[in-house]
Amino acid sequence: MSGVRVLVGTRKGAFVLSSDGARRDWDISGPHFAGWEIYHLKGSATDPDRLYASQSGGWFGQLIQRSDDGGRTWTAVGNEFSYEGDAGTHQFFDGTSVPWTFTRVWHLEPSLHDPDTIYAGVEDAALFRSVDGGGSWQELPGLRGHGTGPSWQPGAGGMCLHSILLDPRDEAHMTVAISAAGTFRTDDGGRIWRAINRGLRSEGIPDQDAEVGHCVHHIAAHATRPDTLFMQKHWDVMRSDDGGEQWREISGDLPTDFGFVIDVHAHEPGTVYVVPITSDYLHVPLDGKLRVYRSRTGGDEWEPLTRGLPQEHCYVNVLRDAMAVDSLDRCGIYFGTTGGQVYVSPDEGDTWAPIVRDLPAVLSVEVQTLP
Amino acid sequence: MTTHSVRVVLPAHLRVLGRVDGEVVLAVDGPVTQRSVLDALELRHPVLRGTIREHGTLRRRAFVRFFACERDLSHEPPDGPLPDEVATGAEPLLVVGAMAGG
Repeated sequence: MSGVRVLVGTRKGAFVLSSDGARRDWDISGPHFAGWEIYHLKGSATDPDRLYASQSGGWFGQLIQRSDDGGRTWTAVGNEFSYEGDAGTHQFFDGTSVPWTFTRVWHLEPSLHDPDTIYAGVEDAALFRSVDGGGSWQELPGLRGHGTGPSWQPGAGGMCLHSILLDPRDEAHMTVAISAAGTFRTDDGGRIWRAINRGLRSEGIPDQDAEVGHCVHHIAAHATRPDTLFMQKHWDVMRSDDGGEQWREISGDLPTDFGFVIDVHAHEPGTVYVVPITSDYLHVPLDGKLRVYRSRTGGDEWEPLTRGLPQEHCYVNVLRDAMAVDSLDRCGIYFGTTGGQVYVSPDEGDTWAPIVRDLPAVLSVEVQTLP
Repeated sequence: MTTHSVRVVLPAHLRVLGRVDGEVVLAVDGPVTQRSVLDALELRHPVLRGTIREHGTLRRRAFVRFFACERDLSHEPPDGPLPDEVATGAEPLLVVGAMAGG
């Protein structure tokens, strides 16, 4: 019987949650790397036993861990992330210029074809690649070197590159998102990048529909429709049907369109999930009710999913990398909260149950569907 | 060239990372300085590269402190001599995560 392995990054370590296809009974291992911040873990699409983890902390910096046995054992690999050439400057929160400085790896995206090739999105925003299983890392400097780079600025969490979408048709086509710069695309493997933010409007920047400066929180796409992109922006849920050339708002009847996560159903490219959060100054669910919203129409029309989720006195957040979907026949949806809960819905969002309730604050959730 | 036996105490996170139990005892050739001790430490435990000193610049990370003989040596030059008590092994060099938080 097939199963799932859920990879959870938290403020105080990593956890691996495993279940069979029923997704009712769970085996929980961890904490791995206890006491460290694990911003993200992800497995290779071609070798499910190959996992990568970003381990970091304010005291002792960044490490990358690799597992070749599905998370039972780990080995520290390369942790040197050096910007190519003159690092240059970007804007600080107050608009002054500050030097580009590496802080941590926010997101790890393994190649769809090669378990030894992996991309890392880092703070301050840049994209790195390893082709030797994480042993060494090289920046793809064309992104940071985009002409608008000096005008990029950090979001509240830092100036992070947090989303990396690899086009399954050709990995030379990549789309990344940076908070708070926006969305960028390359069609040549990372040498030349274009800002693709037309249609976005953001308060908090002088020119509300500027080429860059938008606080994109997360982007997602379905493998069979890589040109259809979904975005949870600071405010606004957005969609593009032409690879990001033009975006349109699909917030529709959401009760609030602020939020962090967004993801797409594994088998229905037009079914999308978000978790609305009250506002930019109140990062908790609206009215203390934890609700996932699902659109089966690719946006605009949304339904609240509440069965099994707390509907009173709930004041947690769901961070940008903390939602994932499995690809079992009945698609499973997962998300983690800053209160330490990881919820699963084995039925596309209709019903929910906590897998764990009391982990450290959850930073990221990924899921592997195992044969 | 004289070889010194230098004792280093690591913070808990780095002992786990380096799979170190208790103190580390390092053979340091030549002058005993922050740089020579940390070079020897990183040679023995490559996983610690980048965790105490930044890659490239080899500057002490901002939240790392060096203590010995009840003194704060964090701001001493990296090529300056460490106290004789450290060079002779009478006292350890303490690598400490800066006190921060509540």
